[in-house]
Amino acid sequence: MTKAKRKRLIYNLITFGLVIAAFLILQNMIATKSISRSLKGQLVPICSWIVMAVSLNLVIGFSGELSLGHAGFMSIGAYTGAIVSGWLLAAFDMQDTTLRLVLAIVAGGILAGIFGVLIGIPVLRLRGDYLAIVTLAFGEIIRNLVNVLYVGTADGKLQFSFLNKNLPENVTMLVDGAKGAVKIKPISTFTVGFVLIIITLIVVLNLVNSRAGRAIQATRDNRIAAESMGVSVTRYKMMAFVTAAVLAGMAGALYGLNSSTVVPTQFTFNQSINVLVFVVLGGLGNVLGSIISATFLTVLPEVLREFADYRMLVYAVVLILVMIFTNNPTTRAIANRLFAPIKNLFHGKHKESVGGGDAK
Amino acid sequence: MKKLIAMVLALMLALSVCSAFAEEAVTLKIAHIGPTTGAAALYGLATQHGAEIAVDEINAAGGKFTIELINEDDEHNVEKVINAYNAALDAGAQMILGSTTSKPCEAAGAQGYADRVFFLTPSASSTAVIEDKDNVFQVCFTDPNQGSASAQYIADHKLGTKVAVIYNNADVYSTGIRDTFVKKGAELGLEIVSEETFTDETTDFTVQVGKAQEAGAEIVFLPMYYTPASLILKTAADKNYKPIFFGVDGMDGILSVEGFDTSLAEGVMLLTPFVATSEDEKVKSFVAKYQEKFNETPIQFAADAYDGIYILVAAAEKAGITSDMAPEEACDLLIDAMKEIEVTGLTGTMTWDESGAVTKTPMAATIVNGVYVFED
Repeated sequence: MTKAKRKRLIYNLITFGLVIAAFLILQNMIATKSISRSLKGQLVPICSWIVMAVSLNLVIGFSGELSLGHAGFMSIGAYTGAIVSGWLLAAFDMQDTTLRLVLAIVAGGILAGIFGVLIGIPVLRLRGDYLAIVTLAFGEIIRNLVNVLYVGTADGKLQFSFLNKNLPENVTMLVDGAKGAVKIKPISTFTVGFVLIIITLIVVLNLVNSRAGRAIQATRDNRIAAESMGVSVTRYKMMAFVTAAVLAGMAGALYGLNSSTVVPTQFTFNQSINVLVFVVLGGLGNVLGSIISATFLTVLPEVLREFADYRMLVYAVVLILVMIFTNNPTTRAIANRLFAPIKNLFHGKHKESVGGGDAK
Repeated sequence: MKKLIAMVLALMLALSVCSAFAEEAVTLKIAHIGPTTGAAALYGLATQHGAEIAVDEINAAGGKFTIELINEDDEHNVEKVINAYNAALDAGAQMILGSTTSKPCEAAGAQGYADRVFFLTPSASSTAVIEDKDNVFQVCFTDPNQGSASAQYIADHKLGTKVAVIYNNADVYSTGIRDTFVKKGAELGLEIVSEETFTDETTDFTVQVGKAQEAGAEIVFLPMYYTPASLILKTAADKNYKPIFFGVDGMDGILSVEGFDTSLAEGVMLLTPFVATSEDEKVKSFVAKYQEKFNETPIQFAADAYDGIYILVAAAEKAGITSDMAPEEACDLLIDAMKEIEVTGLTGTMTWDESGAVTKTPMAATIVNGVYVFED
């Protein structure tokens, strides 16, 4: 086994191990009722944000494109999930909530993927800033479209209407324009959220470590060099972009079905930036970092509730401090020294790899 | 030794007095949930402050009930409101005063319905807040109620028949009121001559006002918050267009918009249950206390929350809530009590049915010389 392979294996094992360990500990806490209501209520949103962060990291960290419309894919997933779940209940009287949830998540992923392809074809021919602006516009377009979307069920059939609420009197509304998706039956569970994270990790980690993944990273590192080696830049960037869109759609469906209502204003540009912050804080191209930072930044405002009025101020200060500390050479050196024994444990005799020569 | 005995005796006496009081006194733990940060913070802070005034009064009066108020911020966000709700219950809340705004209240109310937790919202006015939930009650009118009440008022007082409507189609509050206004207006013979929309980002209303003017509307109905309304009044003044502008409770606050020439609002009519300049003794006392404590004039949301605390106390009294009662247990008792009580507060005399909607008389005010004057 080469050193690089070994390192990657250890990294993947740590990532999966941490997620599974966290799941088992939390499940145990739920079983023994030692978990606070507050934390229990946040478990599903945390799962969604982790999937969002990891999938956006695929686009930003690995394929090197700045996408600012990730919340748009999430909203497609959330709305699709709500519609599919409501329709399955109305048309087939499907009482099995887990099956309904899984079908809704799959549908959310597929539709977000289709939009990913549609957006990707023109957009990925652009470079750098242009791509960021177009994805930003895409997110806002999606939000404005769902603002005037009306969907209901009547006699088990889906009824759509656009711009105006031209639906028959007997429909049960599922999506009601500016009121968002209404009267959702919350069916998301932490277990399904955990499984979704594991699927995301398998997909993303396998993709980036595959031949295609190396091609994706090559297009990030040097576009011209990659092209001259015969790598189709658009194709590989598309692969990363669409995969991320599908995963974001799935996260959106999980997120939407956790609440009784979803509104378009939840998926603004700010939300995309929020996910971007998770990714940047966790480190570009660092999947484990995305998981930890998404969890940390979702839980942090709740932990800070005791600061009352100063909560958001403290949150911002903590965010700045964390960003500085994780990027300061001195603090990084201290952290490396602290973690050196653990690293040595994994690396065995390869002590020389600690500290210098730490290839990313 | 004597001293010691005296001290022990005194201590015992003190303890017995305490326990005698404990049988009588009840401490209610009420959680206020509202957006105290973010874009809707104005409303969340108003309800929080209004509730604090009521709590101060009740605790100072030293009656049967003492209130412990827990404040949780929901950021006007349907994800965060669940966190706020859970945090409130973790802190021992028995009942919820909130949430201040409609969408978060809808989400938290549904969660509360599943968990059996009682909600009284001061100001979340959409119908979805109370629909399909027996645990949520409102202090304010529902949006449809405001729309039909406005149409009724216009028709009853024969203000005109040609009506233009300008509304925010990206806002639940605005569209909700518009829908029932148009429906009720059609029944009452009001003619909608122009209907124009805008969104949260709109800052130029030339087109919307121009269309209303071209259509010859005598009344322009503005179901919206005061910020866009102030721009519409300005635009109309520039065009020398002088219809009757008719607003709803969101218009409350228009006189305090910075940089707005209040003379433009002369003659504007609005449906509101509360005006701070009222001569009513209760209102005067509330406004004075509010100004002293927070150094600002209370808006309708604050009055709603102030009433909300008194309503909760009245319901708790009727239901026989005790200090250590769990929220699940209190919920059903409070629901039954709500249907029986009648409370007279700053915003009128209120009763409730099982739907959770309030019954009180709608009141319309006209702005004359920069202050609200109640019509009858």
